[in-house]
Amino acid sequence: MRVEERVEQGGWLGESLPPFIGLHRCGTPDFRGRARLSAGAGLEYFLQQMINGLTLGSIYGLIAIGYTMVYGIIGMINFAHGEVYMIGSFIAVIAFTLLSAAGIAAVPLGIVAVLLAAVFFTAVYGWAIERVAYRPLRGAPKIAPLISAIGMSIFLQNYVQLAQGARVKPIPPVVRGSFELLHLDGFTVRLTFIQIFIILTTVVLMIGFTYLITRTSFGRQQRSCEQDRTMASLLGVNVDRTISATFVIGAALAAVAGVMVTMYYGVVDFYIGFLAGMKAFTAAVLGGIGSLPGAMLGGLLIGLIEALFSAYFSIEYKDVASFSILILVLMFMPSGLLGRPEIEKV
Amino acid sequence: MTQYDDSAVKEPLLQVDGLTMRFGGLIAIDNLSLVAGKGQITAIIGPNGAGKTTLFNCLTGFYKPTEGNLSFFHPAKTLQLQKLENHKVAQVAGVVRTFQNIRLFPKMTLLENLIVAQHNALMKASGYTFLGLFNLGGYAKAEKAAVEKAKYWLDQIGLTHRADEEAGNLPYGAQRRVEIARAMCVGPRMLCLDEPAAGLNPSESLELNTLLFRIRDQEKIGILLIEHDMSVVMKVSDRIYVLDHGKRIAAGTPDEIRNDPIVIKAYLGEDEDAELPPEIAADLAMRG
Repeated sequence: MRVEERVEQGGWLGESLPPFIGLHRCGTPDFRGRARLSAGAGLEYFLQQMINGLTLGSIYGLIAIGYTMVYGIIGMINFAHGEVYMIGSFIAVIAFTLLSAAGIAAVPLGIVAVLLAAVFFTAVYGWAIERVAYRPLRGAPKIAPLISAIGMSIFLQNYVQLAQGARVKPIPPVVRGSFELLHLDGFTVRLTFIQIFIILTTVVLMIGFTYLITRTSFGRQQRSCEQDRTMASLLGVNVDRTISATFVIGAALAAVAGVMVTMYYGVVDFYIGFLAGMKAFTAAVLGGIGSLPGAMLGGLLIGLIEALFSAYFSIEYKDVASFSILILVLMFMPSGLLGRPEIEKV
Repeated sequence: MTQYDDSAVKEPLLQVDGLTMRFGGLIAIDNLSLVAGKGQITAIIGPNGAGKTTLFNCLTGFYKPTEGNLSFFHPAKTLQLQKLENHKVAQVAGVVRTFQNIRLFPKMTLLENLIVAQHNALMKASGYTFLGLFNLGGYAKAEKAAVEKAKYWLDQIGLTHRADEEAGNLPYGAQRRVEIARAMCVGPRMLCLDEPAAGLNPSESLELNTLLFRIRDQEKIGILLIEHDMSVVMKVSDRIYVLDHGKRIAAGTPDEIRNDPIVIKAYLGEDEDAELPPEIAADLAMRG
């Protein structure tokens, strides 16, 4: 039986999955379709979509930061970043499985442990990717690291496929329960605990990250390398180490996104990084590539657009909506919402 | 190798020995030797294409010299600059340069520009760990010291009131001064200035002179200066080296240089009909 069929029958984990928009290419229950029949396009339905969209957008935003930071500092789109996020999800699955095998039931502690493990190991991957695939190409024509990134992406997908198998990996739900915010006309607006967890974690991380970049010594080094790498190095800034740290931070944020997605959807496979990565890339471009607030904003917007589009138009074509935005932004507003128009250095 | 008499330099800080830089068939610097002293302003002048900026690029690790040694007399030990990694030239040796075209970090404030330059001290204070992120250990104190130092230099260049503006928004002359102040915040032993007076008006030029004297006399560091503006060079330099086509053609005090016929010839071009005095002709032939 294919994954989609099993999920659609609601028998995936022996119970029905929570209502959400699918981030994966594998199917998700057509919750909204049914809801639309009973409740129409009322306010409460819209509210539910906003909640779903914000959750999804948080995840896109976290991944988008990695794209935009790396672009800012070495002027390259790290196409392997989606795979970094996928690896984060896999480490989460492994860690959750190990924890439940060890019989650890304390959920908050377990989640913290999984987060730490995922952040650590994914950061190591992020560091290694930069070291292996990009640093040797520093100073090469711009197209070279880009191709290297695509190669790295394919390599990581296949590596995970070989190491973990091609099948979808499920975990049992970690956090259950929800608040019922509104109950109108037979339609219930739910805010699940896991959604609260995702949105709160994202807000905290983004505040911390903004502090890191704007207020700390590391942030100053990072920004100085972004604006003029050569000059930074002449002032004694270790540019290579700063670039490594950028990859590590991007990977750490993607790992958190991966853990949260795993908890939210309960399934991962080796291919999820591709689509999520492309969506986050779209988010970074929409916000203005190179702009950190732009990445956060773009992520939220893409999440909302995707949720609303699937709610009111067609869930099958939600990817079309996201990528149409990518095309429109690139055509009519290439510097994005918060980006600065690029001035060629003479 | 031609031997030069550079014994006039009392406390040598940098000794360039037989430096050659080739780009394919082009010889940008040809067997160049010179000495720059501590607590002195050493100017390097010469027509366009003489190899002045190439020399700076070799000093600061941009280019790896084809041949020759760049010895730097650090108090602890003598360093070979050509063997150091890029960021270590500033970090370990303390050789810092500015550029002909200004290279501030335009989207950072003046204060941030000056604090970035001190990040090595901050990194040391944070023990190269994450302590700095949480203001732990000696970090808070180190950061305070960094801000104080930045403010001191902002005060020295008269820009305290614009500390929180983005550097890119400042007028040209002010940006030049910020670049020097930023270089000073690294805590250099030697400051290499590439045409600091370019594009300055006469009164800004005068301010620059004062700033250079102050740095030389208060900080007791060596200053290496590339400059076309002779009003600056002749006033501030303790010693001048003249380069032409990658070769050293003269060295001495401003007065000696001003009256050196070889220099005048290199700068003004040769009058084909004029006869050179025999001793100079012989000298020229000898130096090739």
